[in-house]
Amino acid sequence: MQKPMRKVDGPAPPPAEVRALRKVYRDVAAVDGITFTLRSGSITALLGGNGAGKTTTISMLMGLVVPTAGEARVFGCDMARERHKVLHRMNFESPYVDVPMRLTVRQNLEVYARLYGVRDFRAAIAASAEELRLAELLDRPYGKLSAGQKTRVSLAKALLNRPELLLLDEPTASLDPDTADWVRTRLESYCRERDATLVLASHNMAEVERMADRVIMLENGRVIADEPPADLIARFGRANLEEVFLAIARRASEDVER
Amino acid sequence: MPSQVPAPAPPYLRAQTTIPASAARIWGMVLRYWYVIRSSWPRTAELIYWPLVQMLMWGFLQSYLARTTSLAGKAAGLFIGAVLLWDILVRSQLGFAVAFLEEIWSRNLGHLMMSPLRPSELVAALMAVSLIKLLVAMIPVALLAYLFFGFNVLSLGFAFAAFFANLIFMSWSLGLISTGVVLRWGLGAESFAWLIVFVFLPVCCVYYPVAALPVWLQPLALALPPTYVFEGLRAIVGSGTFRSDLMLRAFALNIVYFALGFAAFRYLLESARVNGSLVQMGE
Repeated sequence: MQKPMRKVDGPAPPPAEVRALRKVYRDVAAVDGITFTLRSGSITALLGGNGAGKTTTISMLMGLVVPTAGEARVFGCDMARERHKVLHRMNFESPYVDVPMRLTVRQNLEVYARLYGVRDFRAAIAASAEELRLAELLDRPYGKLSAGQKTRVSLAKALLNRPELLLLDEPTASLDPDTADWVRTRLESYCRERDATLVLASHNMAEVERMADRVIMLENGRVIADEPPADLIARFGRANLEEVFLAIARRASEDVER
Repeated sequence: MPSQVPAPAPPYLRAQTTIPASAARIWGMVLRYWYVIRSSWPRTAELIYWPLVQMLMWGFLQSYLARTTSLAGKAAGLFIGAVLLWDILVRSQLGFAVAFLEEIWSRNLGHLMMSPLRPSELVAALMAVSLIKLLVAMIPVALLAYLFFGFNVLSLGFAFAAFFANLIFMSWSLGLISTGVVLRWGLGAESFAWLIVFVFLPVCCVYYPVAALPVWLQPLALALPPTYVFEGLRAIVGSGTFRSDLMLRAFALNIVYFALGFAAFRYLLESARVNGSLVQMGE
């Protein structure tokens, strides 16, 4: 597959860069001064319990939420002020966000292809249908599909514009193991083929261990760990990421009780 | 961190800032709403239902009054004309607001806001779809008004075009404000989008002249563009005079209202980004 052109003076800016990022809702800091930079082609998992700040961080990377302080930049653009310069180079998938139920799969993909400015959208939809095993579903209403089929459609929508940065919020939630494995494999091969950068928020530790080359763990809006999954497991002396997560979560609740 | 020049769009995507790219995004959204209208005959029937009921009720009342009083006899078509024009305002505003609400009901707003679709393009698409819905609703009703009561809305000629343009502009201004409120406060404010237009019903003098209002309320009525449309209708039905001065005043006010509506929409959208309501859309 052809890789996207990058014509910029000097070194290309990183796919995503966050500096002293902070978001306060009323008097609660959902994200509290986090900093990280993602390198091109990496798969990074944002981990943390409920309310740790994962979704808020992803929302600020998409420009849907404006930071209280600090910056979230994507391909060098400040997402609070100039997100429309780069939105065509990124995409997003989450089981908690749908596409219109009454529209058929083909109609939904056509609408999004037009929004992203995909030139030959019919060919792109045909290619997606082939790649994601959607050919037989194209003329069925999205609302009548199973959870697994909907995930495949969401994935097709997320890959239509061949994004260089892909943000995923629990991409395999509520999927059976076979479909979940298929989705992970597809995402991994997409990132490899296109040198795309992937940010993943997930509660599935096995998934993170398999896919991510870096884990950023959040707690109360702060980064408490930022390293490859294997290093994190070794540092905590545990057997797997699930145990690390539980150890951190329990330590946090003990701190609260004290 | 200094701002950096972003890379151009890759070859398989259109250049994003051109007019054709913008037009393609607007067309994409119009198609999205058209597919919804086309997919459900009950929705199409619903578009026609209330305008039809209103037209029949006021039409029969008009016929009755025409037989019993000289005033209504002189003003044949006044009520039917007023109800048709009022429905233009209502249906167009609801067409705009409901199209936007569909995005929240279908949990699609996050995807849209994350796409390259710009706020002005979303507004342009909502305006276009409100026009489409209005035509779907009003063409059959106008035809039935002619068949049942002999009232031909097109016989108003250029005046009808002026009435139509002024009412639809006002409906878009109200649509902008109501969708902005829903963006900012979520589905808890949905009823605002449904009801906002009806606040204007008593003050816009749909069925009676401005002089019928209390003196203290008349300045408010005269600050609203639809008031001039309904005054204009009474002038043309009553004396056959087209009051272009009223239409120009309505048009001037509409420019102000539309600018205010768009500014309010942008402000409330930005406010939603600050408050995080775009990612917590719900009740």
